[in-house]
Amino acid sequence: MRLRIIMLGLVVLLGVFLAQPLAFSGLFAPLTRNGAAPIYTQTPLLTLTLHHLALVAASTLAATLVSIGLAIATTRASGLAFLPLARAIANIGQTFPPVAVLALAVPIFGFGSGPTLIALFLYGLLPIFETALTGLTEIAPETRSAATASGMTAWQRLVKVELPLAWPVILSGIRLSAVIALSTATIGSTVAAATLGEVIISGLLTGNTAFVLQGAMVVAILAILINEGFLAIEAHAARRAGRPPG
Amino acid sequence: MIEIENVSRLYGEVAAVSHVSLDVGQSEIAVIVGTSGSGKTTLLRMVNRLVEPSSGTIRINGRDIRDQPAPALRRGIGYALQGHGLFPHRTVAENIATVPALLGWPQTRIRARVDELLSLFHLDPALFRDRMPYELSGGQSQRVGVARALAAEPPVLLMDEPFGALDPIIREKAQDDLAAIQKRYGTTVMLVTHDMDEALRLGTRIGVMDGGRLVQYDRPQAIIAEPATDFVRSLLGAGERALRLLSLTTIEDILEPGDAPGEPVAAALSLRAALSESLWSRRAALPVEKDGRIIGRITRTALEARAAGPL
Ligand SMILES: Nc1ncnc2c1ncn2[C@@H]1O[C@H](COP(=O)(O)OP(=O)(O)OP(=O)(O)O)[C@@H](O)[C@H]1O
Ligand SMILES: [Mg+2]
Repeated sequence: MRLRIIMLGLVVLLGVFLAQPLAFSGLFAPLTRNGAAPIYTQTPLLTLTLHHLALVAASTLAATLVSIGLAIATTRASGLAFLPLARAIANIGQTFPPVAVLALAVPIFGFGSGPTLIALFLYGLLPIFETALTGLTEIAPETRSAATASGMTAWQRLVKVELPLAWPVILSGIRLSAVIALSTATIGSTVAAATLGEVIISGLLTGNTAFVLQGAMVVAILAILINEGFLAIEAHAARRAGRPPG
Repeated sequence: MIEIENVSRLYGEVAAVSHVSLDVGQSEIAVIVGTSGSGKTTLLRMVNRLVEPSSGTIRINGRDIRDQPAPALRRGIGYALQGHGLFPHRTVAENIATVPALLGWPQTRIRARVDELLSLFHLDPALFRDRMPYELSGGQSQRVGVARALAAEPPVLLMDEPFGALDPIIREKAQDDLAAIQKRYGTTVMLVTHDMDEALRLGTRIGVMDGGRLVQYDRPQAIIAEPATDFVRSLLGAGERALRLLSLTTIEDILEPGDAPGEPVAAALSLRAALSESLWSRRAALPVEKDGRIIGRITRTALEARAAGPL
């Protein structure tokens, strides 16, 4: 309950700040030097936030679909041989620094949202793939047997039994990916993607701490909200999947 | 009804089931006993193709089970798993309704069937219908698992230690219920157990497995009277053969006309219980009652004759 009130407070604070950032000028002014502007106005903060979120949503959605697809394929009898390979590739993807992915993607996709999307997508694959694998493989063998013995086809078993049982675990992977994407998207502005990173970098370049702080603050609040939102959905999904509460 | 013909299943070099042949007639209860790892589950699972035989043929109703797609075959065969295998994300009612739902029964019929089965297994539908599996005790889960296997009124029922988690009193009740259901629907049952008492109680035929082989398959009387190997003899418990033989028959079957003094015994009891009562109360004959009336008597002499092994 208290958590819910805090979250509501954060939503209101963020909403008001994005709608009327100039109203907060007084608050940020002490952080500026030589009478520099306390609030970033080159691009409206609301526009940047929406762009940022759109990038995160699109890349996370794509990563979710691909990861779950891969996890399903490699946990079928016919795909089992590819499981170690798929795992290795996803792991390598994760150890690659996102900046390097951006640097490599620019020559191929040019500047803008394209390379950022690719980097976020690649970076988001592993957590979801891993959790989907865990979710799909940790199902008790006898539950699987029961589904087969009831006369379910392979497809019915997947849709009616395996995915619903794995879903809460998969959701935790999606949450991780989304939060990682949210913070990683800030560096997308180095290749000219319109994200909240633009505010931070502009602050760094001009020595304007107020810019850095407001950009970071919006990203942080968004990360908290997304994380908590997913946690709530996960708890609901876990109950639906018949996990005892607590 | 179920014909298993020279069936083997290898895992690597090891034969989990080796050259097993057995027939289960229409409406029979074939009980498979044997020690842990003797291949009972593997044999059972080959009947609904959860495990494919390495060699041999299985027919149901004269038809090779490989002749139809496995899912269609399985929808006609009830299967109660060792453990219970309930779907953790589905309510008790949804679990029981699994096969009827796959078969596309209308909702009203499914609902009625679920409540009927819950009542049959002494689980109040109003209380249990909407529970999740984690809200059940082990014994309750097991009964729901058996109810699920029975839901679509399958002509063939496979049960793998279905009553293992039940306490002795409820187990006996569940065995009686199963026998009653089996009689009502004429279901052909193949049941696996560790428990020789359960086998003798339920089985019209008993198969004994040892190291993947079926060492004896016969009527309970014959298994007790002429165990094929020392292993079968040891399963029967060397000191208990006479008593086990008595437990197969009810008092009603060897009723004599006449009267006897003292408290009567119920006609539905086994001869074993009658002998025990006769010894305990030091009476050479006991009056027998049924539906509150004395219908005859049973004598110690007759009981002794029944308990005697072959000459
Ligand atoms: N999938 C498998 N892979 C390898 N070996 C197996 C497999 N399934 C069963 N076995 C082996 O086959 C043998 C028979 O197993 P099975 O499960 O049929 O025994 P069981 O008689 O049902 O035993 P229990 O009474 O303990 O349930 C065992 O030695 C077991 O280890
Ligand atoms: Mg077994």
